[in-house]
Amino acid sequence: MTHISVTVDGTTYEDDVEPRLLLVHYLRDRLGLTGTPVGCDTSNCGACTVEMDGASVKSCTVLAVQADGSEVTTVQGLARDGAWTPLQRAFHEHHALQCGYCTPGMIMAARDLLRENPHPTAEEVRAGLEGNLCRCTGYQNIVRAVLAAAEQSAAPAPAAPAQEVTA
Amino acid sequence: MTDQAVEREVGRARLRKEDARLVTGQTMWTDNITVPGLLHLAFLRSPMAHARVERIDVSPALRRPGVVAAFSGRDLADGLGSLPCAWPVTEDMVLPAHPPLAVDEVRHAGDPVAVVVARDRYAAADALEAIEVDYEPLPPVMDLEAALAEDAPLVHSDKGTNRAYVWPFEAGEDYETVRQRADVVLTRRYEQQRLIPNAMEPRAVVVTPLAASGEYTVYSATQIPHILRVMLSTVTGVPEHKLRVVAPDVGGGFGSKLQVYGEEAVALAVARKLGRPVKWTESRSEGYLATHHGRGMIQDIEIAATREGKLLGLKVDLLADMGAYLMLVTPGVPILGAFMYPAIYKMDAYAFTCTGVFTTKTPTDAYRGAGRPEATYAIERIMDELAAELGLDPVELRRRNWIRHEEFPYTSIAGLTYDSGNYEAATDKALALFGYDALRAEQRERIERGDRVLLGIGVSTYTEMCGLAPSRVLRDLRYSAGGWEAASIRMLPTGKVEVVTGTSPHGQGHVTSWSQIAADVLGVPFEDVEVVHGDTQAAPQGMDTYGSRSLVVGGAAVHRAAQKVVDKARKVAAHLLEAGEDDLEFKGGVFSVKGSPEARKTIQEVAFATFTSHDVPDGMEPTLNAEHVLDPENFSYPHGTHLCAVEVDTETGHTRIRSYVCVDDVGRVVNPMIVEGQVHGGLAQGIAQALYEEAVYDAEGNLVSGTMADYLVPSAADLPEFVTDRTETPATSNPLGVKGVGEAGTIASTPAVVNAIVDALRPLGVRDVRMPCTPERVWQAIRAARKEAAA
Repeated sequence: MTHISVTVDGTTYEDDVEPRLLLVHYLRDRLGLTGTPVGCDTSNCGACTVEMDGASVKSCTVLAVQADGSEVTTVQGLARDGAWTPLQRAFHEHHALQCGYCTPGMIMAARDLLRENPHPTAEEVRAGLEGNLCRCTGYQNIVRAVLAAAEQSAAPAPAAPAQEVTA
Repeated sequence: MTDQAVEREVGRARLRKEDARLVTGQTMWTDNITVPGLLHLAFLRSPMAHARVERIDVSPALRRPGVVAAFSGRDLADGLGSLPCAWPVTEDMVLPAHPPLAVDEVRHAGDPVAVVVARDRYAAADALEAIEVDYEPLPPVMDLEAALAEDAPLVHSDKGTNRAYVWPFEAGEDYETVRQRADVVLTRRYEQQRLIPNAMEPRAVVVTPLAASGEYTVYSATQIPHILRVMLSTVTGVPEHKLRVVAPDVGGGFGSKLQVYGEEAVALAVARKLGRPVKWTESRSEGYLATHHGRGMIQDIEIAATREGKLLGLKVDLLADMGAYLMLVTPGVPILGAFMYPAIYKMDAYAFTCTGVFTTKTPTDAYRGAGRPEATYAIERIMDELAAELGLDPVELRRRNWIRHEEFPYTSIAGLTYDSGNYEAATDKALALFGYDALRAEQRERIERGDRVLLGIGVSTYTEMCGLAPSRVLRDLRYSAGGWEAASIRMLPTGKVEVVTGTSPHGQGHVTSWSQIAADVLGVPFEDVEVVHGDTQAAPQGMDTYGSRSLVVGGAAVHRAAQKVVDKARKVAAHLLEAGEDDLEFKGGVFSVKGSPEARKTIQEVAFATFTSHDVPDGMEPTLNAEHVLDPENFSYPHGTHLCAVEVDTETGHTRIRSYVCVDDVGRVVNPMIVEGQVHGGLAQGIAQALYEEAVYDAEGNLVSGTMADYLVPSAADLPEFVTDRTETPATSNPLGVKGVGEAGTIASTPAVVNAIVDALRPLGVRDVRMPCTPERVWQAIRAARKEAAA
């Protein structure tokens, strides 16, 4: 067992873990943060994408011990006081999810993409999300959503409503 | 609340109620579920395609840390029956036993032989290596035609044959006679490669027992909680009323979760044996072996026509790969296709035969479209070949043969009565959006100037039968269940509404669409409707979600149940207003007396009145609820025209989809945003079959494309932007006028893409490219055609 200290979505956790424990299983099985799902075992699908120290990682290919001392953000840590981020809102408004299983990873990967390239073209969004698979949407609305979120982030921030659930 | 505000829910692009938890990670996937004392299962699977299990010893696994129990197939055989096949397509179909854990023989790579039960998933997985198994290899059975040879090795030696069934079907005039009078007869062979469905959520199951009373709750990543309940009861002997099945949030299915799986039965059996809750979640690579595959057919198709391009007859001989066992609807999948080969075309004779063949591969079963994409592919491919043979434009050939809009309702040669459609309108709209004539001109220019990148245009004018299904038709097809759907509606004392549906959504947005339907009929706000589903305790009756049935059967049931609520409410309102029922108007959720609009009761007031029941008509039952179980009168027949333009690099074989236009007619639309999303997703999967995906086995029966790294599920970078549009010809077979949409995109798109590739390469002499049309296959096809031309 190895002792680790990891900050996840703003809370610091101290745990003893097996060195082989995957970060995604640490999040899900030890911390109960099940918002981050597992979609494959070869790091192809990207469903488990989280942010670690400011960069997106596939949490199935990171060991929990490698996250020692790190700050991790999952999809569950994005909304603040119930207000969604522009990407979460855009995914909802552009119907960029159906079953929603890929959505946490897709949103986290899109965050990373927009951080590196705040004004991407549609082609750049497609290339940038190549590591995240969706089986429901055909990606078209995901691309629309990411472009819309980019536009919204570029515009002066509107007063955020407390919560946006329906139209 | 004005009348207009509530009347327009149907047809409106309502954002989804489902999204809030999905974009914030507050989901309840089956693998998220945990309970105190939960144990984890891991399955040991055969590394061989075919072998006798000479000896198996699970006891060494018991000595591993954290292991609670381990069982072989024999250990569990007493409490577990054969996994079910609900579709014995012929009276004499060969139905082999399918034990949830193999006992004496394994018949495909991945066939499970033992299960370990441990305190966590890592311990369970570790202990698998300790189990000792001696396999005596048996010959694999891989090739469909070779499997039918006299001396072929057998998948099920006790059955004496690899032929599961032969299903013949003839309609119209005698095909051979009709063929005699044809000017042109074309024969082609097309192959439907095996596909792996790849729902993003892997399968998972959790079983929690209440040992004292013999009750069990089964949480499963399934499309079919209701069917699963019946079937698990049959397989395990747990009485049906002691079983509760819950489909929590389910991450996609595409047919792969329309199944009763061995792991579900084993999890229940183990939970019963140990009196402890258990969980199993497949890994993706495990799922590639253990979750059923789709497609897997060889299609010999012959078309007979006049010189003018009038179709006379069609003959189809199908070999369908069943895989190692007949699962829930394995044998029926190609039979669903049988009725679709004639598609939208008129002809005089149709002859069809399907032979189901056992192989030592993962069983096949429903995958998005299930039989209909295969049929549509073959007919739409050979229509293009016929057009080329006759020197006709492929759209023109279709025009000369399709059912004209004024001919509906039309009974196809296969005996289906297409209730409505307008192929001319959809095609005209698609051609205009696509810029068909300009693209044809560019195609000619490129050929003339000897461009290495050729342009190809692919056409697919499809219809399909979905909305499964009228129960009596299912009886005639020897399917073991009905095709109805249940809905019930409860108006709560506060005027809010609960809709209980028997459909089981896993991405389709039923909560949103059913809310729209109920809100319109009841005249209540969209936000006031909640939809309950996917739990046999909360939604006790249902036939679940598959075959593009949910809206046309389940949504229509919601509509009818809501009307029944209004009917009862009208009686109460009349009583309260001291008016005759016939004197009441109901609009926008308000009953008012004709001519004196101030005399009014809202439906919410009526709901409260029925709750207190202080003053309802004599003899009336309290509360404002209604149920409706709807058996559809017909299938649903969406249709449309899909056009694909590809650029094929003749030196590298690389294909780029330049534009993709589809105009679908799915009747009246409840939520256009959701409909468009269904079309997008369908297109992606159909295009993936054309260009990217294939489950590849080697000669020994190993699944070579055994991980997501080896099987190309397309990413955003691999797919084009789609142009989608609609025409709207209401269905006449249901009161909403709706048609199914879930599978349409998949059914239509595969032939559109391959037709485009072949169209590009036809000047070089290419007449076909086997799917998936990888750069290598395209390049080989070009090379072979050039060699042939030079010879």
